[in-house]
Amino acid sequence: MTQTFSDTWLIVPLYNEGSVVGGVVREALPHFPNVVCVDDGSSDNSAAVANAAGARVVRHPINLGQGASLQTGLKYALEDPHAKYFVTFDSDGQHRVDDAARMVERLRTEPFDLVIGSRFLGGNVEAGFLKRLVLKTAVLFERLNTGMDLTDTHNGLRALNRHAAQSIRIKQNRMAHGSEILREISRNELRYAEEPVHIVYSDYSRAKGQSIWNSVNILSDLLFG
Amino acid sequence: MGSQFWIKVILIASFVVLTLIVVIPRRGARPIAIRRLTMILLLVTAVAAVAFPDWTNSVARLVGVGRGTDLLLYALAVVFVGHTIRARTSQLASEQNVTELARKIALLTAPPHRDHEDGERQD
Repeated sequence: MTQTFSDTWLIVPLYNEGSVVGGVVREALPHFPNVVCVDDGSSDNSAAVANAAGARVVRHPINLGQGASLQTGLKYALEDPHAKYFVTFDSDGQHRVDDAARMVERLRTEPFDLVIGSRFLGGNVEAGFLKRLVLKTAVLFERLNTGMDLTDTHNGLRALNRHAAQSIRIKQNRMAHGSEILREISRNELRYAEEPVHIVYSDYSRAKGQSIWNSVNILSDLLFG
Repeated sequence: MGSQFWIKVILIASFVVLTLIVVIPRRGARPIAIRRLTMILLLVTAVAAVAFPDWTNSVARLVGVGRGTDLLLYALAVVFVGHTIRARTSQLASEQNVTELARKIALLTAPPHRDHEDGERQD
Protein backbone atom coordinates (compact mmCIF):
# COMPACT_ATOMS: atom_id res chain seq x y z
CA MET A 1 0.00 0.00 0.00
CA THR A 2 1.72 3.12 -1.18
CA GLN A 3 -0.93 5.59 -2.28
CA THR A 4 -2.25 8.40 -0.11
CA PHE A 5 -5.92 9.22 0.18
CA SER A 6 -6.06 13.00 0.11
CA ASP A 7 -9.77 12.95 -0.77
CA THR A 8 -10.62 10.86 2.29
CA TRP A 9 -11.24 11.76 5.91
CA LEU A 10 -10.60 9.34 8.72
CA ILE A 11 -13.12 10.01 11.48
CA VAL A 12 -11.89 8.89 14.86
CA PRO A 13 -14.15 9.21 17.91
CA LEU A 14 -11.90 9.82 20.88
CA TYR A 15 -12.64 9.34 24.54
CA ASN A 16 -9.88 8.83 27.10
CA GLU A 17 -7.50 6.99 24.79
CA GLY A 18 -4.48 9.20 25.44
CA SER A 19 -2.12 6.24 25.76
CA VAL A 20 -2.87 4.78 22.33
CA VAL A 21 -4.37 7.43 20.07
CA GLY A 22 -0.99 8.99 19.24
CA GLY A 23 0.23 5.75 17.68
CA VAL A 24 -3.05 5.24 15.82
CA VAL A 25 -2.89 8.72 14.28
CA ARG A 26 0.82 8.47 13.37
CA GLU A 27 0.24 5.12 11.71
CA ALA A 28 -2.68 6.42 9.68
CA LEU A 29 -1.32 9.80 8.53
CA PRO A 30 1.12 8.60 5.84
CA HIS A 31 -1.80 7.06 3.96
CA PHE A 32 -4.67 9.18 5.20
CA PRO A 33 -3.41 12.76 5.51
CA ASN A 34 -6.84 13.92 6.74
CA VAL A 35 -7.59 12.58 10.20
CA VAL A 36 -10.14 14.19 12.47
CA CYS A 37 -10.33 13.07 16.08
CA VAL A 38 -13.55 14.03 17.82
CA ASP A 39 -12.63 14.39 21.45
CA ASP A 40 -15.75 13.60 23.44
CA GLY A 41 -14.90 15.52 26.58
CA SER A 42 -11.99 13.26 27.58
CA SER A 43 -10.64 13.78 31.06
CA ASP A 44 -7.12 12.74 30.04
CA ASN A 45 -4.68 14.26 27.55
CA SER A 46 -6.28 12.53 24.52
CA ALA A 47 -6.95 15.74 22.60
CA ALA A 48 -3.43 17.08 23.09
CA VAL A 49 -1.85 13.76 22.11
CA ALA A 50 -3.98 13.47 18.96
CA ASN A 51 -3.19 17.06 18.04
CA ALA A 52 0.53 16.57 18.56
CA ALA A 53 0.41 13.44 16.41
CA GLY A 54 -0.95 15.54 13.55
CA ALA A 55 -4.71 14.98 13.63
CA ARG A 56 -7.32 17.71 13.45
CA VAL A 57 -9.07 17.72 16.79
CA VAL A 58 -12.69 18.76 17.20
CA ARG A 59 -13.73 18.94 20.82
CA HIS A 60 -17.15 18.34 22.30
CA PRO A 61 -17.52 20.71 25.25
CA ILE A 62 -19.20 17.88 27.19
CA ASN A 63 -19.30 14.11 26.91
CA LEU A 64 -22.05 13.05 24.51
CA GLY A 65 -21.19 9.50 23.48
CA GLN A 66 -19.58 7.74 20.56
CA GLY A 67 -22.54 8.05 18.20
CA ALA A 68 -22.59 11.82 18.69
CA SER A 69 -18.83 11.94 18.06
CA LEU A 70 -19.20 10.09 14.77
CA GLN A 71 -21.94 12.48 13.65
CA THR A 72 -19.83 15.51 14.60
CA GLY A 73 -16.80 14.09 12.77
CA LEU A 74 -18.87 13.39 9.67
CA LYS A 75 -20.28 16.89 9.75
CA TYR A 76 -16.80 18.41 10.09
CA ALA A 77 -15.38 16.30 7.26
CA LEU A 78 -18.35 17.03 4.99
CA GLU A 79 -17.54 20.74 5.27
CA ASP A 80 -14.34 20.01 3.34
CA PRO A 81 -15.32 20.40 -0.33
CA HIS A 82 -12.43 18.12 -1.40
CA ALA A 83 -13.67 15.24 0.71
CA LYS A 84 -15.13 12.35 -1.28
CA TYR A 85 -14.79 9.46 1.14
CA PHE A 86 -15.24 9.11 4.86
CA VAL A 87 -13.94 6.31 7.07
CA THR A 88 -15.04 5.69 10.65
CA PHE A 89 -12.07 4.37 12.56
CA ASP A 90 -11.54 3.45 16.21
CA SER A 91 -9.05 5.31 18.36
CA ASP A 92 -7.87 2.30 20.35
CA GLY A 93 -5.80 0.57 17.67
CA GLN A 94 -8.35 -2.14 16.85
CA HIS A 95 -8.58 -1.25 13.19
CA ARG A 96 -5.91 -1.61 10.54
CA VAL A 97 -5.05 1.17 8.11
CA ASP A 98 -4.69 -1.16 5.13
CA ASP A 99 -8.20 -2.53 5.71
CA ALA A 100 -9.49 1.04 5.57
CA ALA A 101 -7.49 1.73 2.41
CA ARG A 102 -8.92 -1.35 0.71
CA MET A 103 -12.44 -0.30 1.63
CA VAL A 104 -12.00 3.18 0.12
CA GLU A 105 -10.53 1.61 -3.01
CA ARG A 106 -13.67 -0.49 -3.36
CA LEU A 107 -15.85 2.62 -3.09
CA ARG A 108 -13.77 4.18 -5.86
CA THR A 109 -14.05 1.25 -8.24
CA GLU A 110 -17.34 -0.44 -7.35
CA PRO A 111 -20.88 0.95 -7.32
CA PHE A 112 -21.38 1.12 -3.55
CA ASP A 113 -22.29 3.95 -1.22
CA LEU A 114 -20.62 2.34 1.72
CA VAL A 115 -18.42 -0.59 2.62
CA ILE A 116 -18.77 -2.15 6.04
CA GLY A 117 -15.98 -4.05 7.74
CA SER A 118 -16.68 -7.61 8.83
CA ARG A 119 -14.66 -9.76 11.17
CA PHE A 120 -16.47 -12.88 10.10
CA LEU A 121 -15.98 -12.79 6.34
CA GLY A 122 -12.26 -13.46 6.43
CA GLY A 123 -12.48 -16.15 9.08
CA ASN A 124 -9.80 -14.26 10.95
CA VAL A 125 -11.51 -14.00 14.31
CA GLU A 126 -9.75 -13.67 17.61
CA ALA A 127 -12.87 -13.48 19.76
CA GLY A 128 -13.90 -15.86 22.49
CA PHE A 129 -16.97 -18.07 22.40
CA LEU A 130 -19.25 -15.76 24.40
CA LYS A 131 -18.28 -12.68 22.38
CA ARG A 132 -18.86 -14.62 19.18
CA LEU A 133 -22.28 -15.72 20.43
CA VAL A 134 -23.28 -12.16 21.30
CA LEU A 135 -22.09 -10.85 17.93
CA LYS A 136 -23.95 -13.58 16.07
CA THR A 137 -27.12 -12.84 18.04
CA ALA A 138 -26.74 -9.20 17.08
CA VAL A 139 -26.51 -10.24 13.43
CA LEU A 140 -29.78 -12.13 13.73
CA PHE A 141 -31.44 -9.21 15.51
CA GLU A 142 -30.37 -6.77 12.80
CA ARG A 143 -31.55 -9.10 10.08
CA LEU A 144 -35.02 -9.06 11.60
CA ASN A 145 -34.84 -5.34 12.27
CA THR A 146 -33.49 -3.99 8.99
CA GLY A 147 -33.70 -6.87 6.56
CA MET A 148 -29.99 -6.46 5.86
CA ASP A 149 -27.96 -9.57 5.36
CA LEU A 150 -24.68 -8.84 7.11
CA THR A 151 -22.16 -11.11 8.76
CA ASP A 152 -20.98 -8.53 11.32
CA THR A 153 -23.29 -5.75 12.43
CA HIS A 154 -21.22 -4.09 15.11
CA ASN A 155 -18.01 -3.26 13.38
CA GLY A 156 -16.78 0.30 13.81
CA LEU A 157 -14.80 0.27 10.57
CA ARG A 158 -16.91 1.68 7.74
CA ALA A 159 -16.11 3.57 4.57
CA LEU A 160 -18.74 5.95 3.16
CA ASN A 161 -18.98 8.06 0.05
CA ARG A 162 -20.35 11.59 0.20
CA HIS A 163 -23.89 10.49 -0.57
CA ALA A 164 -23.89 8.00 2.29
CA ALA A 165 -22.22 10.42 4.70
CA GLN A 166 -24.87 13.03 3.94
CA SER A 167 -27.80 10.65 4.18
CA ILE A 168 -26.99 9.03 7.50
CA ARG A 169 -28.18 10.85 10.61
CA ILE A 170 -26.98 9.42 13.88
CA LYS A 171 -29.28 10.40 16.72
CA GLN A 172 -28.39 7.65 19.17
CA ASN A 173 -25.67 9.32 21.18
CA ARG A 174 -24.62 6.24 23.09
CA MET A 175 -23.80 2.76 21.95
CA ALA A 176 -26.87 1.96 19.87
CA HIS A 177 -25.56 4.02 16.96
CA GLY A 178 -24.18 0.85 15.31
CA SER A 179 -27.69 -0.46 14.82
CA GLU A 180 -28.95 3.00 13.99
CA ILE A 181 -26.46 3.34 11.13
CA LEU A 182 -27.75 0.05 9.71
CA ARG A 183 -31.31 1.30 9.93
CA GLU A 184 -30.28 4.50 8.19
CA ILE A 185 -28.60 2.47 5.43
CA SER A 186 -31.75 0.50 4.91
CA ARG A 187 -34.03 3.57 5.17
CA ASN A 188 -31.99 5.55 2.64
CA GLU A 189 -31.62 2.50 0.39
CA LEU A 190 -27.86 2.90 0.27
CA ARG A 191 -25.87 0.38 -1.73
CA TYR A 192 -23.53 -1.47 0.59
CA ALA A 193 -20.99 -4.25 0.62
CA GLU A 194 -18.99 -6.02 3.31
CA GLU A 195 -15.24 -6.27 3.33
CA PRO A 196 -13.34 -8.77 5.47
CA VAL A 197 -11.25 -6.93 8.03
CA HIS A 198 -9.01 -7.99 10.83
CA ILE A 199 -9.73 -6.67 14.30
CA VAL A 200 -6.68 -6.46 16.50
CA TYR A 201 -7.71 -7.54 19.98
CA SER A 202 -4.72 -6.24 21.86
CA ASP A 203 -4.30 -6.57 25.61
CA TYR A 204 -5.28 -2.93 25.74
CA SER A 205 -8.58 -3.30 23.89
CA ARG A 206 -9.36 -6.51 25.73
CA ALA A 207 -8.80 -4.85 29.07
CA LYS A 208 -11.19 -1.99 28.42
CA GLY A 209 -13.27 -3.83 25.80
CA GLN A 210 -17.00 -3.94 25.57
CA SER A 211 -18.51 -6.09 28.22
CA ILE A 212 -21.31 -8.46 27.42
CA TRP A 213 -23.56 -6.29 29.60
CA ASN A 214 -23.27 -3.62 27.00
CA SER A 215 -25.41 -5.59 24.59
CA VAL A 216 -28.25 -5.29 27.10
CA ASN A 217 -27.75 -1.53 27.13
CA ILE A 218 -27.67 -1.34 23.36
CA LEU A 219 -30.90 -3.29 23.08
CA SER A 220 -32.66 -1.14 25.64
CA ASP A 221 -31.41 2.05 23.94
CA LEU A 222 -32.91 0.82 20.72
CA LEU A 223 -36.24 -0.23 22.18
CA PHE A 224 -36.83 2.58 24.64
CA GLY A 225 -34.38 5.26 23.58
CA MET B 1 -67.09 -12.21 34.72
CA GLY B 2 -65.68 -11.48 38.16
CA SER B 3 -66.76 -8.58 40.33
CA GLN B 4 -63.60 -6.69 39.46
CA PHE B 5 -64.25 -6.86 35.72
CA TRP B 6 -64.77 -3.14 35.13
CA ILE B 7 -61.75 -1.92 37.06
CA LYS B 8 -59.64 -4.38 35.11
CA VAL B 9 -61.01 -3.05 31.83
CA ILE B 10 -60.37 0.54 32.91
CA LEU B 11 -56.81 -0.12 34.11
CA ILE B 12 -55.80 -2.21 31.11
CA ALA B 13 -57.30 0.38 28.75
CA SER B 14 -55.34 3.15 30.51
CA PHE B 15 -52.06 1.29 30.11
CA VAL B 16 -52.82 0.46 26.50
CA VAL B 17 -53.46 4.15 25.80
CA LEU B 18 -50.15 5.04 27.50
CA THR B 19 -48.36 2.43 25.38
CA LEU B 20 -49.89 3.88 22.23
CA ILE B 21 -48.67 7.32 23.25
CA VAL B 22 -45.13 5.89 23.45
CA VAL B 23 -45.34 3.95 20.20
CA ILE B 24 -47.02 6.66 18.14
CA PRO B 25 -45.37 9.94 19.04
CA ARG B 26 -47.43 12.91 17.92
CA ARG B 27 -46.61 16.53 17.57
CA GLY B 28 -48.75 19.63 17.38
CA ALA B 29 -51.44 21.33 19.39
CA ARG B 30 -53.69 18.37 20.09
CA PRO B 31 -51.42 16.32 22.38
CA ILE B 32 -50.54 19.44 24.37
CA ALA B 33 -54.23 20.32 24.74
CA ILE B 34 -55.09 16.76 25.75
CA ARG B 35 -52.31 16.82 28.32
CA ARG B 36 -53.61 20.06 29.83
CA LEU B 37 -57.20 18.84 29.90
CA THR B 38 -56.07 15.63 31.61
CA MET B 39 -54.19 17.69 34.16
CA ILE B 40 -57.25 19.84 34.90
CA LEU B 41 -59.46 16.76 35.12
CA LEU B 42 -56.96 15.23 37.53
CA LEU B 43 -56.96 18.29 39.77
CA VAL B 44 -60.74 18.60 39.76
CA THR B 45 -61.03 14.92 40.67
CA ALA B 46 -58.51 15.40 43.45
CA VAL B 47 -60.48 18.32 44.90
CA ALA B 48 -63.72 16.34 44.62
CA ALA B 49 -62.13 13.33 46.31
CA VAL B 50 -60.99 15.50 49.22
CA ALA B 51 -64.28 17.39 49.55
CA PHE B 52 -66.55 14.38 49.19
CA PRO B 53 -64.65 11.26 50.30
CA ASP B 54 -67.84 9.19 50.03
CA TRP B 55 -67.81 9.68 46.27
CA THR B 56 -64.64 7.69 45.84
CA ASN B 57 -66.27 4.82 47.70
CA SER B 58 -69.36 4.90 45.50
CA VAL B 59 -67.30 5.12 42.31
CA ALA B 60 -65.11 2.29 43.59
CA ARG B 61 -68.08 0.03 44.20
CA LEU B 62 -69.47 0.97 40.80
CA VAL B 63 -66.39 -0.40 39.01
CA GLY B 64 -66.03 -3.39 41.30
CA VAL B 65 -63.39 -2.19 43.73
CA GLY B 66 -64.04 -2.65 47.44
CA ARG B 67 -62.90 0.69 48.84
CA GLY B 68 -62.27 4.22 47.55
CA THR B 69 -58.70 4.07 48.89
CA ASP B 70 -57.94 1.13 46.61
CA LEU B 71 -59.36 3.01 43.65
CA LEU B 72 -57.13 5.98 44.47
CA LEU B 73 -54.12 3.67 44.61
CA TYR B 74 -54.92 2.28 41.17
CA ALA B 75 -55.41 5.76 39.77
CA LEU B 76 -52.09 6.79 41.30
CA ALA B 77 -50.35 3.90 39.55
CA VAL B 78 -51.74 4.96 36.17
CA VAL B 79 -50.81 8.60 36.74
CA PHE B 80 -47.33 7.61 37.87
CA VAL B 81 -46.63 5.49 34.80
CA GLY B 82 -47.97 8.26 32.56
CA HIS B 83 -45.78 10.81 34.27
CA THR B 84 -42.69 8.58 33.97
CA ILE B 85 -43.24 8.18 30.25
CA ARG B 86 -43.75 11.91 29.83
CA ALA B 87 -40.59 12.71 31.81
CA ARG B 88 -38.55 10.26 29.76
CA THR B 89 -39.77 11.67 26.45
CA SER B 90 -38.99 15.24 27.38
CA GLN B 91 -35.60 14.20 28.76
CA LEU B 92 -34.70 12.55 25.46
CA ALA B 93 -35.80 15.65 23.57
CA SER B 94 -33.67 17.93 25.72
CA GLU B 95 -30.69 15.55 25.37
CA GLN B 96 -31.06 15.89 21.62
CA ASN B 97 -31.05 19.66 21.95
CA VAL B 98 -27.94 19.62 24.11
CA THR B 99 -26.23 17.41 21.54
CA GLU B 100 -27.03 19.81 18.72
CA LEU B 101 -25.80 22.71 20.78
CA ALA B 102 -22.55 20.99 21.78
CA ARG B 103 -21.95 19.94 18.17
CA LYS B 104 -22.41 23.54 17.01
CA ILE B 105 -19.86 24.72 19.59
CA ALA B 106 -17.43 21.94 18.63
CA LEU B 107 -17.64 22.82 14.94
CA LEU B 108 -17.39 26.58 15.57
CA THR B 109 -14.16 26.09 17.48
CA ALA B 110 -12.81 23.41 15.13
CA PRO B 111 -9.45 23.87 13.41
CA PRO B 112 -9.34 24.54 9.64
CA HIS B 113 -9.40 21.44 7.46
CA ARG B 114 -5.96 22.16 6.01
CA ASP B 115 -2.96 24.14 7.10
CA HIS B 116 -3.01 26.23 3.94
CA GLU B 117 -6.52 27.35 3.25
CA ASP B 118 -5.67 28.33 -0.32
CA GLY B 119 -7.41 25.29 -1.71
CA GLU B 120 -4.14 23.46 -2.24
CA ARG B 121 -4.36 19.73 -1.80
CA GLN B 122 -1.95 17.94 0.44
CA ASP B 123 -1.04 15.49 -2.27
